Amino acid sequence: MAIIIDEKTTAIVQGITGSQGRFHTQRMLAYGTRIVAGVTPGKGGSEVFGVPVFDRVKEAVDETGADASIIFVPAPFAGDAIAEAVDAGIKTIICITEGIPVHDELKIYRKVKERDAILIGPNCPGVMSVGKSHLGIMPPHIFMEGDVGIVSRSGTLTYQIAHNLTKLGVGQSTVVGIGGDRIIGTSFTEILKMFEEDEQTEIVVLIGEIGGTDEEDAAKFIEGMEKPVVAYIAGITAPPGKRMGHAGAIIEGGKGSAESKIKALREVGVEVGKTPMEVAEIVKRMKSRG
Amino acid sequence: MRLHEFQAKQIFSQYGIKIARGKLARNIEDVKKIAEELGGKVVLKSQVLVGGRGKAGGIKLANSVEEAVEIAKNMFGMTIKGHRVDKIYVEEQLNIIKEMYVGLTLDRANKGFALIVSSVGGMDIEEIAIKHPEKIASVTINPIFGLWDYQIREVLYLSKIPREYHKELTKIIKSLYKILVDYEAELTEINPLAIDENGEIIAVDARLNIDENALYRHPELKDLKDYTEVDEIERLAEEKGLNYVKLDGDIGVIANGAGMSMATMDLIYLEGGKPANFLDVGGGASSEAVKNAINIIAMDKNVKVIFMNIFGGITRCDEVAKGLIEAFDESKISIPLVLRLAGTNEDEGKELIEEFVKRSDAKIIVVETMEEGAKKAVELSK
Repeated sequence: MAIIIDEKTTAIVQGITGSQGRFHTQRMLAYGTRIVAGVTPGKGGSEVFGVPVFDRVKEAVDETGADASIIFVPAPFAGDAIAEAVDAGIKTIICITEGIPVHDELKIYRKVKERDAILIGPNCPGVMSVGKSHLGIMPPHIFMEGDVGIVSRSGTLTYQIAHNLTKLGVGQSTVVGIGGDRIIGTSFTEILKMFEEDEQTEIVVLIGEIGGTDEEDAAKFIEGMEKPVVAYIAGITAPPGKRMGHAGAIIEGGKGSAESKIKALREVGVEVGKTPMEVAEIVKRMKSRG
Repeated sequence: MRLHEFQAKQIFSQYGIKIARGKLARNIEDVKKIAEELGGKVVLKSQVLVGGRGKAGGIKLANSVEEAVEIAKNMFGMTIKGHRVDKIYVEEQLNIIKEMYVGLTLDRANKGFALIVSSVGGMDIEEIAIKHPEKIASVTINPIFGLWDYQIREVLYLSKIPREYHKELTKIIKSLYKILVDYEAELTEINPLAIDENGEIIAVDARLNIDENALYRHPELKDLKDYTEVDEIERLAEEKGLNYVKLDGDIGVIANGAGMSMATMDLIYLEGGKPANFLDVGGGASSEAVKNAINIIAMDKNVKVIFMNIFGGITRCDEVAKGLIEAFDESKISIPLVLRLAGTNEDEGKELIEEFVKRSDAKIIVVETMEEGAKKAVELSK
């Protein structure tokens, strides 16, 4: 099982001829991901690491039957790339690009939902179904196959916690980076629903940070979940009104603070780790209890 | 990017929203001249990019030119929440009979914009929301469908603002929405929106925050960015393409990734220390970025120790080590640095550091985990 992507997923890479697209295509292929085509307008007919490149997504889908897309297109063109993938009938779209204008993100969100597609990101590290498929920019060697699902708004922090789990001998099912922007395609709650239904996943780790109310909303869903959730929230020390790098990491007027998120999660029985290591230890303890 | 009141008002006025007569003053002579032009009875408003100017003494009434000059003498150079006043907007005084609130803002939860109207204005909208939730009316705007008249009728009805003002308010709200779309703003707000003795509706303040990610589509707006407002170190960091926010502690923080940087700050706090900054060198950081990051942090005189926490995924630990060594070599950094280096090319990175420590007098302490690193850094800061 696993969620979003698995060994059967066939994907295209939009922006495959750029330096980022090229570099990560090579890594994803090495992991065993089935990358069947690339798309760069104007570069159709060429090849990148043996992968055929097309001018249009429609053409790539018609030729290869791909069902997923990963996007490395620069921010000014990324909204356009997502919309093109949606219209070409792709149902799983992962957008790595950082810095997309928020007015674009709002329109794209509506378009994706209208067509029942899934958009992960933008501004995310992608998705890793350990041992099956990797559509993203994660470092594969730190993961180990197992039954813990991870969903996170932050890249490096995800790697840190996954690495801690692996060191403790606890493997992962699917690791999903939902992205750090204020408007993202898929919420914590939507991913938690998928993990709740996934046969492989037994425990879920949720990694959140200040800003917005997505963690608070997720707490409402967790209340009715069968599977246990362990959480980590970054940004206890971030001062209000200051932007901490991620467009998402900002607290305004007391809303979206780390305290509010931790409180909401604890109220529904979620164990919240104080440090990334503690999160892994809590999961390990849960597993040894069975 | 937040604009100053005087910049936002200029734009609002171009969209037909009424504002009081006024001009920007950069010195006492300007204030005197403008106050004379406006007949002496004026409001002096410090132009700083923080909220709560009024409460901090940054907005004052003057009833004569002489009084305006006296107030300006104190206002120029005063500091409001760390922002130094070097510009004053001088406006005519109005006889206000009622203050309201109108704003449009990004609505993350509903993936659209929120139109918010209140019959009570003049203070923080958050405060109104807590004290008088019944006085806040809002609707969500679908960004594709746009703002329609019935939605405006709905909020005006819910806000219980007298019907005689609805026609004018509708025009103002439509203008604000047009500004939001045209400028790709995250926030357009008038607080307070005042009714004067003649029944005219006038924007007493104006807020316009523009999405920095969209600035490439609005090159003309780049000139509106006020760099005098940004901390000197923050400005330098921005030039170097680093995500840096200055804080008031004494432990310098460098990490890769925003979440990781915040988690590092939190760990320092848990161990009883205080972070001096937030600094994210980004994913796949080059040795150059790492070098710049160390130099930026060393500029902060409050910093007693640096904690550098790197988890190499795309970032390569040997690159990080190279940048670190270059910074210490070139800038003769005397502050101790606690280094946690894990992930891709970890062994190569650690080897480089070990050799460097042997041949120099750099104080670099290598630790295994981020938890241990935070503890060590706090210890050294005491």
